[in-house]
Amino acid sequence: MPLKVTDLGLVDFQDARVRQKELFREVEAGLWDAGLIVCRHYPAITVSRRSSRNNILVSQEELKNKGISLYEVERGGDVTYHGPGQLIAYPVFNLNYFKKDIHWFIRYLEGLIIRCLDESGVKGERAPGLTGVWAGRLKIASIGIAVRKWITFYGLSINIKNNDLANFSLIRPCGMDIMVTSMESETGGVVQAEEVKQNLVSLFKDSSGFFNRDRPRR
Amino acid sequence: MVKIILPQLSEGIQKATVSYWYFKIGDQVKEKDDLVELTTDKATFNLPSPCPGILTEISALEGSTVNVGDSLGLIQES
Repeated sequence: MPLKVTDLGLVDFQDARVRQKELFREVEAGLWDAGLIVCRHYPAITVSRRSSRNNILVSQEELKNKGISLYEVERGGDVTYHGPGQLIAYPVFNLNYFKKDIHWFIRYLEGLIIRCLDESGVKGERAPGLTGVWAGRLKIASIGIAVRKWITFYGLSINIKNNDLANFSLIRPCGMDIMVTSMESETGGVVQAEEVKQNLVSLFKDSSGFFNRDRPRR
Repeated sequence: MVKIILPQLSEGIQKATVSYWYFKIGDQVKEKDDLVELTTDKATFNLPSPCPGILTEISALEGSTVNVGDSLGLIQES
């Protein structure tokens, strides 16, 4: 099946959101069976419709002073932080051509993240009853998706660099008292975001049976 | 009256939480309009309207947990 891969580089959360919606419409129209956007974000905190604002521990003014944007999003999950030290992947998959099962898709994403971490020598694991990927008791990757007409959007973030981790203390990630870690913290060395991105894109292609396609079907 | 039924969103998962109604009682809806947002695990799912008509009843309020096969509300078909 054709998979359209778009690399947006370092991009504002809102710009990536617009590109996701465009891609969603293309997948919905049948131009692609699936699309994948990979990018990194300027600092942003995103909250879902049902997340409590109490899970943001500082004032909006303080966020502004720190140059962190705040967005309400349609995905599942609670509050999360995004920064340039993370890799973001937004799989826009038509589950009608894949498997119409939301939890299966989330477990599939976790599996890809675990394999991607493994390729850089980081041991990631699932935590029973929780979503996301963990290194010991620390969260290293988060998942939050939305499904409309059995097409997915939003997706996953993997903490690669150490420089963003402090900003997680501005929130209660996922509405829970959890601590986060990064690939660099776990390996004790430098991890190249570019390499992690390429590994993740390859894993998406290999695991889904999708192949790369640079032109739409019609 | 057409029932708005919670479909199976995942194998082996029988529950979802109602997170957002896009319409209120008395509103006119078109077929396939996003009616209600459901949350399961870390995902949201929009349930489309099964038919055109008027939303006459909301039985599963925002924040409530519903089972697969439950009716979330009613639509007076037009």
